[in-house]
Amino acid sequence: MSALTALPAERTASASPPAPRARRRFDATPLALLIPSLIMLVVFIGWPLVQLVIMSFQEYGREQIFGAPADFIGIENYVRVLGDAEFWTVLARSIGLCVVSVAATMVLGVSIALMMKALGKVMRTVVSVGLLLAWAMPALTATIVWGWIFDTEYGLVNYFLTQVTGEDWQGHSWLSDPLSFFAVAAIIITWGAIPFVAFSTYAGLTQVPDEVMEAASLDGAGGWQRFRLIVVPYVRSILIVLLILQIIWDLRVFAQIYALQTIGGVRADTNTIGVYIYSVSMATGDLGSGGAIAVILVLILLAISAYYIRTMLKTEDEL
Amino acid sequence: MNARTRRTGRRVLLNAAAIVVFVCSVFPVYWMVNTAFLPGSAVKSDTPHLWPDEFTFRSFEAAWNDGGFLPALGVSLAVTVLTVVTALLFAFLASIAVSRYRFRSRKTFIIAILVIQMIPAEAMIISTFRVLDGWQLLNTIVGLSAIYIAMVLPFTIWTLRGFVNGVPADLEEAAMIDGCSRNQAFWRVTFPLLAPGLVSTGIFAFIQAWNEFVFALVIMTRPETQTLPIWLRSFVQATKATDWAVVMAGSTLMAIPVIVFFLIVQGRMTSGLVSGAVKG
Repeated sequence: MSALTALPAERTASASPPAPRARRRFDATPLALLIPSLIMLVVFIGWPLVQLVIMSFQEYGREQIFGAPADFIGIENYVRVLGDAEFWTVLARSIGLCVVSVAATMVLGVSIALMMKALGKVMRTVVSVGLLLAWAMPALTATIVWGWIFDTEYGLVNYFLTQVTGEDWQGHSWLSDPLSFFAVAAIIITWGAIPFVAFSTYAGLTQVPDEVMEAASLDGAGGWQRFRLIVVPYVRSILIVLLILQIIWDLRVFAQIYALQTIGGVRADTNTIGVYIYSVSMATGDLGSGGAIAVILVLILLAISAYYIRTMLKTEDEL
Repeated sequence: MNARTRRTGRRVLLNAAAIVVFVCSVFPVYWMVNTAFLPGSAVKSDTPHLWPDEFTFRSFEAAWNDGGFLPALGVSLAVTVLTVVTALLFAFLASIAVSRYRFRSRKTFIIAILVIQMIPAEAMIISTFRVLDGWQLLNTIVGLSAIYIAMVLPFTIWTLRGFVNGVPADLEEAAMIDGCSRNQAFWRVTFPLLAPGLVSTGIFAFIQAWNEFVFALVIMTRPETQTLPIWLRSFVQATKATDWAVVMAGSTLMAIPVIVFFLIVQGRMTSGLVSGAVKG
């Protein structure tokens, strides 16, 4: 659930594996050390998760919130949600936003990493400082600032468009049209996500031995060939993990969309799946359907992250 | 000569691209601070002021004195401190267990941690709301902190585990041979080596709790229990049409602690995030 996740070790860690401390038959120490964390995870994540699944099989609306018993209705919530055209529209919208943002983030992030590798020390530091600032900016405040840059009346974008095109852009609303709303959203998401991708990829690139690159270029490999045949294989698993993390984070995006809807934009036409769950359950009060959508989202994300989890576990085996 | 001009041209192009990247990354942050220091009239003028030539603290005063800001700051601080301290303590204990001991369900625990990290908070808001409601924990600092602790634990345990793995157990054993008790060996040898790890994971937890939006929105429904992000959103809703400068001042106030902490640990953080992937 955290916004930042460690990347897996790419190759076997050279550090020697910690020796098993105790060979006694049963040692209660590890259990005692784990108990505080276990309790927190079970009570505040495990239990709500169980409740969520149960709720998704119940008739759970306004009457139930006020105390009426909730009846089990089997898969009716799921049938209703999956038969609802709006659900599919929202899902398609989320996937579309996710694909555009992830593609832009990966292409730009990797390009910036390659650029940083080629830069001199001073310029590389300059770029790093810039990226760090963008990375440090909270998603909510970033959204608000971008909302101001794209403001209808006094926004910078409209001002420059007026200057450049000679037409009057003042008063043009970027957020009221769903398509340009999502263009702005994609810019915000991509801007915030690039630093992580760029830094991680750059760290991977520094592992490509210079001798190998030199040898390849002596053998006559051009820039693109060197990139495709040498660099990519070296950073392949980092890139895949980054791709998966970006897909997961962008598919469930909430704060940016919700805040952008506050600044402008038609809620009903701009909901993505995270915001949709919130509005179905909190605003409409249909917790059963909201629960079903939430379970569907969890399943989609877990399916996507299966590869990531497997990669992380592989590195764990090596320890 | 020709090759050299081509190389110089390439260098110029590369540096130009670097400057573009720098400007694009920094500009929104700069624009936020710039607008925050401008008077309302300058913000609403037809030509934008690219730097704060009519410098004023008015917007900061207005945001600070908004009835909701100080209470929200208080709630945010309380929730964040409680989250960081508890999560660090719990994660520290758990990471020792996972890293220094071999026990039967160890692998299950690690898988669980990884899976939990992938469960979206957005999906859990409803049932978490109901669970907290049942325990009378809605609109309480303890309730929200408990959710945040559970939320950051998987990542903090995973990261600290990496740091504990990095301190060889032999080091502790050597200290014990030299006459330290097991406790002494741990506190005098291992613990100081873990301090950087504790600092960076602590800051992770801080940023998470400070920035978190979805749960705060759902759980802290009363105006007096709002956290800073929730206050900022309603502040935007109330003021943006009239005064962007004050909104930017509010945003700056919320963002500054995060940016400062982030920059303090940045060296360690970037290396911490990818160290596994980099050090072959």
